[in-house]
Amino acid sequence: MTSNFPLPSPRLLDAGEGALVVEFGTVVDPDISDRVLALDIALNQLALAGVRETVPTYRSLMIHYDPLRLERADLIAAVKTIEAAPHARHIPANRWTIPCCYDVQHGEDLGQIAEMTGLSTERAISLHAGATYRVYMFGFAPGFCYLGGLPPELAVSRRATPRPPTPPNVVTIGGGLALVTTVSMPTGWWLIGRTPERIFSPAREPNFLVAVGDALRFEPIDRTTFDSLETRAAAGEIVARRERLA
Amino acid sequence: MTALIVHAAGPGVTIQDEGRHGYLRYGVTAAGPMDPPALATANRALGNSPGAAAIEVSLGGLELSAVDGPVAVAIAGGAFKVGLDGRDLPAAVAVPLEPDARLTIRPGAAGAWCYVAVAGRIDLAPALGSLATHTRSGIGGLQGRALTAGDIIPIATTRAVNAPAAAIEAPWLDRPGDVIRVVLGPQDDYFAPDQIAAFLVGLWTLSGRSDRMAYQLDGPTIAHAKGFNIVSDGVTLGAIQVPGHGRPIVLMADRQSTGGYPKIAAVIGTDFGKLAQLRPGARFGFAAVSVEEAVKARRVQADFLAKRPVLRPLRRTEFPSEYLLGVNLIDGAVAEVNEL
Repeated sequence: MTSNFPLPSPRLLDAGEGALVVEFGTVVDPDISDRVLALDIALNQLALAGVRETVPTYRSLMIHYDPLRLERADLIAAVKTIEAAPHARHIPANRWTIPCCYDVQHGEDLGQIAEMTGLSTERAISLHAGATYRVYMFGFAPGFCYLGGLPPELAVSRRATPRPPTPPNVVTIGGGLALVTTVSMPTGWWLIGRTPERIFSPAREPNFLVAVGDALRFEPIDRTTFDSLETRAAAGEIVARRERLA
Repeated sequence: MTALIVHAAGPGVTIQDEGRHGYLRYGVTAAGPMDPPALATANRALGNSPGAAAIEVSLGGLELSAVDGPVAVAIAGGAFKVGLDGRDLPAAVAVPLEPDARLTIRPGAAGAWCYVAVAGRIDLAPALGSLATHTRSGIGGLQGRALTAGDIIPIATTRAVNAPAAAIEAPWLDRPGDVIRVVLGPQDDYFAPDQIAAFLVGLWTLSGRSDRMAYQLDGPTIAHAKGFNIVSDGVTLGAIQVPGHGRPIVLMADRQSTGGYPKIAAVIGTDFGKLAQLRPGARFGFAAVSVEEAVKARRVQADFLAKRPVLRPLRRTEFPSEYLLGVNLIDGAVAEVNEL
């Protein structure tokens, strides 16, 4: 399906003389994400000399470029040409099934989520594991991936004050989004499970398991399965499953 | 195996190269030098590529020696006090280190960072293609951490050490830090015109809470017109964000890839290193320039950095005589002295 879905032309904003922000909106929204991802893919296919790297986020694409090799005006012209063409809806390249242990030992904030939402913990888990998410962006630390598609029943604000560091590779929710982490960090999000999978592993190929735009869902596993998959993942094995979609 | 051994390192001394580029989209911090022209100058003085890995020295200082063979090093950056076996050297200097001669680098008259480049290659395994250390994520350099006493940094492909000790002439590193140029945006529309004006005419003081990730500024409080939480978008080196408390924060080499505060402006590439070299307590102002002016300034700087800096062998007046007697390092320098 191709269509110019109803979004105005993006705003082009300078971030210094070496980066251009192409801003499609100011909110988290799947239509905005579609446009960000489409531009990201098209621009990288164009392989314009002087473009250093692009950073897709919920609502914008940041294009880092070398202004001594690429004129700002030429970069803007390339963006406008891409934007003038019809846009296809985003089709994820991969759908990942990520094992997730929601046992209270790993999902220690589930009780508070149940209290805040009025759901039972079982219902909260089945809603979380029943949804398909999109990787909207990475940020904060290597491999931290921010996911859209959280069921609205699970939309809770982030914590007023951050909680102490979580273990690595935890599955959290907050502010209407879901997040899979990689390294131990304090967080303002709510910890509801842990995956044995490593989204980022400097010692493994690929270093990053999933990409922005991929689809992702969680498969509940018990503690015994977690422990056995954790051992395998620690040895470098990929324990998530991938289906190629595009 | 030829190596450098660290006898003492203050906090925040790390191995840095030009940065870990290409992974911002995966949330990976680029890291890299706080003062890129200084790193490039130290490397160029030895004939290295400008972004080769070197030791970035903080105000904490550094003391090291070569072991198992001589290593020529070049130092450039702020006006640090550089000494070899207790004898003073210029702040920007190329000098052969004979095994067991002790190089000391201490904070001097000005500047917050300097670089020790090596004639050869720091022989550590790159992480994601780079040796740049990012301590918060434990990636790069030596075990992803800052250097500490006892660390051994292996040096491969060392080149013959027969050049004399020489001052590095790099006038482009003498950059008064009183005015830092910025390009406004990308979220300057989150601030009313009088707040932009307050930002540009304000006198700012670099806070002691500053580090490789962020330089925090004390000065006027900048008010937001549309709130201070934005949905995260990308951040660039030198981006100036204004969080809820209204005091600007400049995002430095260890910045995250994205952020959720409005960014009023970004420091231009040419002035980034000069800002980085300010010390806590330093006062300065911002001046807005166009993208075109910022690019022009970059071009001028790139032309300087494209050349190998002039190396001027040290003359007798710059060396205490016991230095020349005590260290038989420098046949060239001795020859130079004889010609006087």
